Amino acid sequence: MAHITAGVASSHIPALGVASDFNKSEEDYWKPAFAGYEWTKKWEEDQKPDVVILVYNDHASAFDMKIIPTFAIGCGEKFGICDEGWGPRPVPDVEGHPDLAWHIAQSLILDEFDMTIINEMDVDHGLTVPLSMMFGKPEKWPCKVIPLAVNVVTYPPPSGNRCWALGEAIKKAVESFPEDLNVQIWGTGGMSHQLQGPRAGLINREWDNMFLDGLIGDSDKLRYIPHIEYLRETGSEGIEMVMWLIMRGALGKKTKCLHRHYHVPASNTAVGHIVLEPVTD
Amino acid sequence: MSTDIDIHEYLAEFDDIPGTRVYTAARARKGYHLNQFAMSLMKAENRDRFKADERAYLDEWPMTEAQKQAVLDRDYNRLLDLGGNIYFMAKIFSSDGLSFVQAVSTMTGMSVEDYQAMMVAGGRSPEGVRSIKANAAAGGTVEKGTR
Repeated sequence: MAHITAGVASSHIPALGVASDFNKSEEDYWKPAFAGYEWTKKWEEDQKPDVVILVYNDHASAFDMKIIPTFAIGCGEKFGICDEGWGPRPVPDVEGHPDLAWHIAQSLILDEFDMTIINEMDVDHGLTVPLSMMFGKPEKWPCKVIPLAVNVVTYPPPSGNRCWALGEAIKKAVESFPEDLNVQIWGTGGMSHQLQGPRAGLINREWDNMFLDGLIGDSDKLRYIPHIEYLRETGSEGIEMVMWLIMRGALGKKTKCLHRHYHVPASNTAVGHIVLEPVTD
Repeated sequence: MSTDIDIHEYLAEFDDIPGTRVYTAARARKGYHLNQFAMSLMKAENRDRFKADERAYLDEWPMTEAQKQAVLDRDYNRLLDLGGNIYFMAKIFSSDGLSFVQAVSTMTGMSVEDYQAMMVAGGRSPEGVRSIKANAAAGGTVEKGTR
């Protein structure tokens, strides 16, 4: 049987990808942002997940305004790297796990989540930056990846509660897959940032840390945070944090924190990162 | 599953955030061709044609005159007002060779240097830029972060 053994959350700031690709991670500006991922890189080497379900959002790369799926799951064999306007990032293509992905898609639809199924798409920095932060710069990514894309660009995005519930349904889906697989789920995006308008540059260290605290233990209060609170407190792009709740929902009733990192700034954004383990009493 | 959210109240709250244009369905509808134009700049051949004659390239798209002018002016706040979304507008400033920090700072009325210094010092505080109504109730005038 497949199991979700851990949850990882991380910002997916494009500039971190650029810093990694151009070997700038040792520079004074970038060093503290990258340092907080060293623990996780070593931990991932020991964990050796077979599959990562990677929750992220596309940034006008694979999806334009023609089609806006709220929840989309990548069921293809392979996902190429998007050219986001300056050439694709020099990172390996992403290998999917079609059997598990289709199993999850079917299970979610039967659980009343009306998923969009995607067989062919390229993935952008939202997905590849977390892979770089957790795995460094390998020739080939060490595991298979199931992309789960969430609309957090055009309003309304899904509610925090809906995201959490989707995570719960993903847990159930994974645990009904017959093959023995070590599966992790990653939530990406955030933390506080606003990339637009005169209020751009907003950072809320206190709120971000409240959110990190809320992911640990047996509280589910984060699922009830309304969109307006993310917007006011964490900037217009802070709404990406609803994607972390899909990860949290998939870890069950209670979690334990294995590692935590917070740094301001990377470009316009607060870097947040946490590694969680499900706790079964 | 149903919730007790009132769609009108939900949307109205977005207008109460200082200096912020939430990308609502109304903006997405208004900005459809503007955003699709911007998306077209992902292709190198389109970027070349746009750079060679911006006006002629814009005229190929069913955009309003105001939208075309705002693109020519690279007035990003105005583009957001006219239905642009920041991730799509990023295709325009990336074509110009600007980073997010450089382009975003133009929307704040700050120089790039001042904006970057603010970020390094911990970013813009949410104090005083959470709610237009709350600021008015506190007797404040129109503060920075509002237009």
